[in-house]
Amino acid sequence: MNYSWNWGILFEAPYAEWLLSGVAWTIGLFAASMVVGFGVGTGIGLMRIAPIRWLRIISGIYVEMFRNVPLLVQIFIWFYVMPELLPSDVGQWLKRDLPMPAFWTSVVAIGFYTAARVAEHIRAGFLAIPAAQMQAALATGLNLRQVYRYVLLPRAFRIVTPALTSEAISVMKNTSLALTIGVLELMAQSRQIESYTFQSFEAFTAGTAIYIALCAAVVFVARHIEARYAIPGMIQSR
Amino acid sequence: MTLDFSIILEAWPAFLSGMGLTLKLLVLSLIGAIALGTGLAAMRLSPNWFVSTFASSYVNLFRTVPLIMAIFWFYFLIPLLIGRPVGALTSALVALIFFEGAFFSEIIRSGIQAVPRGQFAAGLATGLRPRMVMQSIVLPQAFRAMIPGLLTQSIIVFQATSLVYVVGLSDFMTTTVRIANGSGRIVEVYLFCAATYFVLSYGASVVARYLERRLNR
Repeated sequence: MNYSWNWGILFEAPYAEWLLSGVAWTIGLFAASMVVGFGVGTGIGLMRIAPIRWLRIISGIYVEMFRNVPLLVQIFIWFYVMPELLPSDVGQWLKRDLPMPAFWTSVVAIGFYTAARVAEHIRAGFLAIPAAQMQAALATGLNLRQVYRYVLLPRAFRIVTPALTSEAISVMKNTSLALTIGVLELMAQSRQIESYTFQSFEAFTAGTAIYIALCAAVVFVARHIEARYAIPGMIQSR
Repeated sequence: MTLDFSIILEAWPAFLSGMGLTLKLLVLSLIGAIALGTGLAAMRLSPNWFVSTFASSYVNLFRTVPLIMAIFWFYFLIPLLIGRPVGALTSALVALIFFEGAFFSEIIRSGIQAVPRGQFAAGLATGLRPRMVMQSIVLPQAFRAMIPGLLTQSIIVFQATSLVYVVGLSDFMTTTVRIANGSGRIVEVYLFCAATYFVLSYGASVVARYLERRLNR
């Protein structure tokens, strides 16, 4: 192997700043996509199990559409196709006046893609709750809304926490796709440092290590949430 | 605006050859990743601490790194290690195999663990070596139970092959981008691309669900 090492490059200007700003963009993408993905996903998941037929059909179509098209294709469609399909003044606004268009497009694309997957987890969580729970809750005099709010939803969320944790890790990894439309997140910055310095090994190692650390942080927070909201007396995953 | 899908017909040969490369990537990476995943799963279940820790570290490493990162790593690392350029196809293929192998190993491991423990003990009692018991008794049963999971993961690999776009391989995705930029018919070309991926993925997922129902009966 013929390679000249230079780990110091990672701590020199401007490369250290590039990495840091890449991390900041990645965290921003992650946070915003999580809000969209988990918010929309919960809504779609509730529609999937609603006692109203057309809600189930619409949400089913949503899930299949967003699950069966690669995320990269979805990002390109939001970025290049959407402005053309929308009414021309909205399209113009998207193209010209929206601040940070690539960032927000990535957030929408990753968020809506994640929502389809979150919805399926939530639905599975609901189906895992014994039907007697709902009957018992209704029997205590709660109305349907209260049953969902105080009995079913809290249980379903606890059941699916492990699945949602791995979904959150997927979101972290998926933020790297934003590089294809020009968001200078962590992956893009690692690549940029590589092409400026030819220190590929160092650049990619730094990027990889940071992704691992970010994912570890997600798992740490998720474990904390899981333990914090655990129902006493239930079997916990350790 | 008016949609004009005649560009799809005009560019048909390019789309076909793009899909050809996508399917080639899919088949080769599936063969490699399932073989690697089987090996990793067997290693994880090994009584040897070093072997099982190596396998679980491998899986955890690849599960927390983006596929794009893996593709770039191998794109630069393989030529450096073997001393000559290998081309984007080989390096992307190796990246897909190493990356997806980690995910397949988890599916295969849970399939192996679903085989009753007594089967292994009984196999050993007949005088077979542990390796033979794994190969001829446990794995054949495990694979039957795993088929739906393997198929679902294969759909994910099919979609993941689109990421070879970042190293410029002419798969279906890259072909789409080139035709869209070249013709200017962005809307039609991307919608056709999305519809194609959708039909193939959704079709495969229907088959996966059917198999799951049949195996559960």
